[in-house]
Amino acid sequence: MSGEPQHIDDLHHELKLRGVLGWIEYRLPVFNWINNAVGTNYPTPKNLNYFWNFGALAGIALVIQILTGIVLAAHYVPTVDGAFASVERIMRDVNYGWLFRYVHANGASLFFAIVYVHLFRNLYYGSYKYPRELLWWLGLIILLLMIITAFMGYVLPWGQMSYWGATVITNLFGAIPLIGDNLVLWLWGGYSVGEALLRGFYSLHYLLAFVIAGLAIVHIWALHQHRSNNPLGIDIKGPQDVLPFHPYYTTKDLFGLGIYLIIFAALVFYMPNALGEPDNYIPADPLQTPAHIVPEWYLLPFYAILRAIPDKLGGVMALAAALLVLFAVPWLDTSKVRSARFRPIYRQLFWILVADVFLLGYIGGSPAEGIYIPIGQLATAYYFAHFLILLPIVGKLESPKPLPDSIATAVLEENKRKRARKLPQVGVQPTSAGGHH
Amino acid sequence: MRRLVLALAVLVPGLSFAAGEADAPKNIEWTFSGPFGTFDLPAARRGLQVYLDVCSTCHSLRYVAYRNLTEIGLTEDQAKAIAASHEVRDGPDETGAYFMRPAGLAEKFVPPFANEQAARFANGGAYPPDLSLMYKARPNGANYVYSLLTGYGEPPADVELAPGMNYNPYFPGHQTAMPQPLLDDIVQYADGTPATLDNMARDVVQFLAWAAEPNLPTRHRMGFGVLIYLIILGGLLFAVKKQVWRDQH
Repeated sequence: MSGEPQHIDDLHHELKLRGVLGWIEYRLPVFNWINNAVGTNYPTPKNLNYFWNFGALAGIALVIQILTGIVLAAHYVPTVDGAFASVERIMRDVNYGWLFRYVHANGASLFFAIVYVHLFRNLYYGSYKYPRELLWWLGLIILLLMIITAFMGYVLPWGQMSYWGATVITNLFGAIPLIGDNLVLWLWGGYSVGEALLRGFYSLHYLLAFVIAGLAIVHIWALHQHRSNNPLGIDIKGPQDVLPFHPYYTTKDLFGLGIYLIIFAALVFYMPNALGEPDNYIPADPLQTPAHIVPEWYLLPFYAILRAIPDKLGGVMALAAALLVLFAVPWLDTSKVRSARFRPIYRQLFWILVADVFLLGYIGGSPAEGIYIPIGQLATAYYFAHFLILLPIVGKLESPKPLPDSIATAVLEENKRKRARKLPQVGVQPTSAGGHH
Repeated sequence: MRRLVLALAVLVPGLSFAAGEADAPKNIEWTFSGPFGTFDLPAARRGLQVYLDVCSTCHSLRYVAYRNLTEIGLTEDQAKAIAASHEVRDGPDETGAYFMRPAGLAEKFVPPFANEQAARFANGGAYPPDLSLMYKARPNGANYVYSLLTGYGEPPADVELAPGMNYNPYFPGHQTAMPQPLLDDIVQYADGTPATLDNMARDVVQFLAWAAEPNLPTRHRMGFGVLIYLIILGGLLFAVKKQVWRDQH
């Protein structure tokens, strides 16, 4: 970027490496590359809060999924007759197979939880705005691939929900005009949900994990071009606004990781099946439909949108639109101010949207009957209205609060306020800024 | 799709019952629930006896091997004896013939019926489900199995049972093809525990919970260590973060 402040470059310095590391570095500057990516040579806004931990956490969650997935794939049998039994063999006879499977299954849930927080943080702080539109798009493509990958992975154990979930979702493609029927046949690899589909999903589930990993690297590449947004949503103006990523954000991310792992372990060791459907411990039976076919929790809001439209094609289009509308958000949002901190009306709309998505999730998990149907339709309508109507209008009508001059001045004032609050008694003058805080 | 589901609902016998709601199961305190929970092994062994004497006439346990029984405290000889009382097909021998031989420790529990058709034929069209994962395959599995086993009774006046069905409010639709399997003293416990309906139901649940989740005690123990480790690590990481950031506040 042409407008990159000169003083940030002053932070850059060459790594002085000797010996073997120096030998390698001279031929392949890998250490400098790492240092520029997550080291002392990556300047980061000094005011990032804990919501900025979720990007790094998502990366770690992906690595956990890939590592446990490789182990599971070594023991899994992608056949209609063998899949369910092979999963049970993993659970019972493979050394620590139960641990690998529970980490993988719950890891998928937590991966989505992290990515959803990451996404809503973007919406709150306006990170998707100029010049980070492509960064936002790459994230959305990763989310899309995650949804496909997770769905395929859920089919692999070939339990009742696997089978009927695959049946319901693949049948949706039949609603597409002209090519629908052939598309479904192609997805199935035959005339019904069966072994060809199972093997295809297995192959793609494995492949897509690495496609996601590749896109994650491009996502980080795009991030480094204009660097992280921050809670104030204003640009970095100079070296006083930034801190080197290492050690400041490495230690902050590691602490966040510690908290994440505690939650992860509690789930895996003490309630490993809490987020799953009991029905998936029943082997797939094409002759017995489960009473309620529901996806995993992280897809429930989309499922509610799908079912909100009484017409099959309409439902599929609404489902696709629910994701596609997010791609247009950088242009639907007409406000020049990024952070919701300075946008009093948008800030409230944001929280209403969060509540609306939770409501959609609840509706998605409830049977499609009675009062749930109109509520689901209203919540769906609001979801689209938020992006297509409210977001463009509010950007024009709202008068934002004044923005601070720079990140550094805002941080200084914030620290001053904090110290003032911590003063023990009225009348005691602060003598120095140093010491404890 | 909707047409397909509808067609299935009409065609598949038994499905129409599955659609109805069941009563909320009774709430029992199980030794294996909670973070320090583990199986009551003597009860699980009594549950094995109930399974072998009663349940196994109709229900398979196809993911559990006879060798696994040592995990609930049977000796290898006891497990061998249970295995040997069932026959499996083996072969071909040196003449190319297939033959029957007693099952060994490595074998999975031998199912009572050769296939689903045989099972349905013997049970008036109903298919007794495999019990290996029953504890995990139903919401609130332990309480569900206990409630189902102890929940049989006379149907209320307004309930009309389908032919061959039995009234049980804890089963979806309130009627099940399974006749009440456990009655007082239907088995005789070797350890002198009174074989009341309640005791037997609790023991079977212990056994089936172990059958579905044999690694539960290891998981709970390991989780405790892992959590202690992670909490200490988290504390240290917090201290490191504080230390690094101290000049920034």
